[in-house]
Amino acid sequence: MDRLYGTALRMTRDADEAEDVVAESVSKAWRGLDQLDDLTHMEGWLFRILHNTFVSLRRRRQCRQDREVPLDVDDGAEDCQFSLFENLHQPFLLWLGRPETEFINHLLEEDLKRAVDDLAEPYRIVLVMVEIQGYSYEQVARILDIPMGTVRSRLSRARCLLQKALWTQGRDAGLTTHGTRSTAGDEQ
Amino acid sequence: MNASNISCDEVIERLFEYLDQELDATNRAEIDHHLRRCFDCFSRAEFERRLRARIAEAGTEQAPERLRARIRELTGQ
Repeated sequence: MDRLYGTALRMTRDADEAEDVVAESVSKAWRGLDQLDDLTHMEGWLFRILHNTFVSLRRRRQCRQDREVPLDVDDGAEDCQFSLFENLHQPFLLWLGRPETEFINHLLEEDLKRAVDDLAEPYRIVLVMVEIQGYSYEQVARILDIPMGTVRSRLSRARCLLQKALWTQGRDAGLTTHGTRSTAGDEQ
Repeated sequence: MNASNISCDEVIERLFEYLDQELDATNRAEIDHHLRRCFDCFSRAEFERRLRARIAEAGTEQAPERLRARIRELTGQ
């Protein structure tokens, strides 16, 4: 239940909507349980229902709001080449500590959630399924009904965009120069 | 390819697949071998591993009691 809710929350970015998606998915799964031949596939099957429910709920809401919000993106249309590590790592300063390690240690949970939530939907979903829920590329491809190559390209772009966003957030919070978070008191 | 022949660029190129446990045993062993000997690549791998752990930590949520009750009602349990 926690995994379903956690995924739904990162998909929808809204606690009420996430609850609706999970409840509707469980209800559909409960009604269609007879269609599942092998109970060992239950989890993947449930996540597939969750994703389909999310997509159809989003479409229904868009229709009601009479506006178009694209559900998909152009995979790999824009090449993303950014590495947080390469921007933080300073081998010649090894004896003074590790800026990249300090950066990670000082990131707040809110910074990380915001960076994930700000990703475009297709990237966010693949990232959540692999990095947070621990699914294999093959399982993600099956659940989302997309080719493995698309899983790989979305994941790669998601990671790049996420690291870029964390870099920007870290720079704004003063983490990229001092390794510790600036506070109002520090600036006075 | 001999495990010791793998270059840093090749390791970085396959690093995420390595961390995602998507590599076969041979490829995995090549990278393991390289990481044990290359401090720069080891630092990079550790960084990505720790960042990934922080993301997973931040993304893990507990379903609220209200939702649990709703599910119990839906499934009649």
